[in-house]
Amino acid sequence: MKHIFKLLSVAGLALGLATGAQAQEKLKVGFVYVGPVGDFGYSYQHNQGRLAVDKALGDKVQTTFLENVPEPDSDRAIEQLVRTGHKLIFTTSFGYMEPTLKVAAKYPNVHFEHATGFKRAANVATYSARFHEGRYVQGVIAGKLTKSNIVGYVASFPIPEVVSGINAFMLGAQSVNPAIKVKIVWANTWFDPGKEADAAKALLAQGADIITQHTDSPAPLQQAEAAGKLAFGQASDMIRFAPKTTLTSIVDNWNDYYVARVKAQLDGKWTSIDTWGGFSANMVNMAPFTNMPEDVKKLAIDTEQAIKSGKLDPFKCPVYAQDGKEVPCNGKGALSDGQVLGMNFYVKGIDDSLPK
Amino acid sequence: MDISQSVIMTIMTAATPLLLAALGELIVERSGVLNLGLEGMMATAAACGFAMAIVSGSTTVGVLCAVLSAMALAGLFGFVTLSLGANQVASGLALTIFGLGLSGLIGAGFVGTSRPPLEPLFIEGLTDLPGFGKIIFGQDFFVYTSWILILAILIFLHLTRAGLTLRCIGENHHSAHAIGLPVLKTRFRAVLFGGACAGLAGAYLSLVYTPFWSPGMTAGRGWIALSLVVFAAWRAERVLLGALLFGGATVLQLHAQAASLGLPSQLLSAVPYLATLIALVFMSLGRKSGTVTPGSLGQPFVPER
Repeated sequence: MKHIFKLLSVAGLALGLATGAQAQEKLKVGFVYVGPVGDFGYSYQHNQGRLAVDKALGDKVQTTFLENVPEPDSDRAIEQLVRTGHKLIFTTSFGYMEPTLKVAAKYPNVHFEHATGFKRAANVATYSARFHEGRYVQGVIAGKLTKSNIVGYVASFPIPEVVSGINAFMLGAQSVNPAIKVKIVWANTWFDPGKEADAAKALLAQGADIITQHTDSPAPLQQAEAAGKLAFGQASDMIRFAPKTTLTSIVDNWNDYYVARVKAQLDGKWTSIDTWGGFSANMVNMAPFTNMPEDVKKLAIDTEQAIKSGKLDPFKCPVYAQDGKEVPCNGKGALSDGQVLGMNFYVKGIDDSLPK
Repeated sequence: MDISQSVIMTIMTAATPLLLAALGELIVERSGVLNLGLEGMMATAAACGFAMAIVSGSTTVGVLCAVLSAMALAGLFGFVTLSLGANQVASGLALTIFGLGLSGLIGAGFVGTSRPPLEPLFIEGLTDLPGFGKIIFGQDFFVYTSWILILAILIFLHLTRAGLTLRCIGENHHSAHAIGLPVLKTRFRAVLFGGACAGLAGAYLSLVYTPFWSPGMTAGRGWIALSLVVFAAWRAERVLLGALLFGGATVLQLHAQAASLGLPSQLLSAVPYLATLIALVFMSLGRKSGTVTPGSLGQPFVPER
């Protein structure tokens, strides 16, 4: 509903500008979100990025967003933005890939940016974040803090992004605690608070004393708090849901990226590129380290700094697969980006079989 | 708390919202009305319940507001389908969409707030009994309510005159009308009762199960409750069985994964739905005389003047 009003008001404004027709028109930038901006997770963080654009370039730019846009239906929403004069459009979910390309082919003069996808065109750029860097830091913290040596992992779907997250977490944990075990539960959903809570309960019952998650609701955190255990938050700083339990959260940060790209568009320097930034590009942040002793906190900060400065790569070679065989090292001293982006194997020490 | 006890407790938590919503829908459908708006009513109730619990600081106020908000939506549905004779399927779907949207609007200001869950019952000497102590004496208000509801519905449907009237109206509204039974009035009350139950289910989600509000947090539970009613062949005791089966299959597969039993999670996730299909097949095979579906289900009733 909200986005219809927003569109109407945009249309109204466009009309006003047309009749006024004196000042230079502002650049219109559109954002398409898969969830509600109030999800306090993935879409919320993208919207923070949009607000950062407003703040930095508000005198030259006007932003619009459409929330809750279902993926199969998204080409209509994207086209609507084009028709209302938007010249740069960010589509922020994996499922928008084909619809974005379809609309982009029709409007070569409009620039598009698609998050987490892998298909580009002359007027379609892609961008994503190296979330696994944050997972490695979490692994280090968990490796230090676990008493039962069992960490519970609530996972969503067995796609490369999630698998590489699990592996990075395990490698981080093993770097400080070789005996650690990670128990994985696939919830087969991105967002179902009840099911995520049940998954966390199952892991806690199996002796896990730290819970981490790659699903979007704060339910696993709350369960950990109720059980008096520790946990990590996801996508945004979730400490408000579990103040005594939250160790840190991986925070998606699109602010700098969006501002930079909109600036490029304003300067006429926009090109179709692929961006995959992590700590160093300020696209992934760690929320404050809390509920842990000072030495662990220091170790976490040092690990984050080492990754940020490039001294440490979470997937530094040698990496051993679950069966003990060494994974070929295609990058410089570490697995290549391609290997991480297409990761479909577990590293050594993970006691789970990857769902096919 | 050992593992089997924790598994049973988790199954009950997972089953309770399904049970509450399905029991309400059972009464609605036994009266001959099909309300597909469960998901919408639950979502609105979850939002209203959480919002009012935060504003007032009282869980009781939250639960009351949740129930009232879902009843208001049910009343709207009743007005459209009963008083105006509109198509029930279309109105029910509209109610779901409306309810989900409304819940987002109501809950918008409460996203990101958290509150402690409702405390379960604790009776010194009973709750801490080993084995079944916590399972029988350590549940919360909603679980006990659902147990009482099953009994009350069984007694109402099969032992009271009002229950007989309701079943008559659901089987054949023309005959019921001809012998002077108040078809629309009874149905309207049934729809309101269904709304109240959906309200309890919604409140359970946002106040006990996962005590926060987020849009879409019902995650399809309304639809599962609807299929439960069919699975249970419109019988209250089987709704309980079905809710435990549905909740149990989900929870057990999560526990099986956590225990690294190596079972394929996707297949296990599908178990409840496979069970429904199998139950439906057996129902149609075992059907000897007539049908188990209420005869007038889903048909609008417009009294002849």
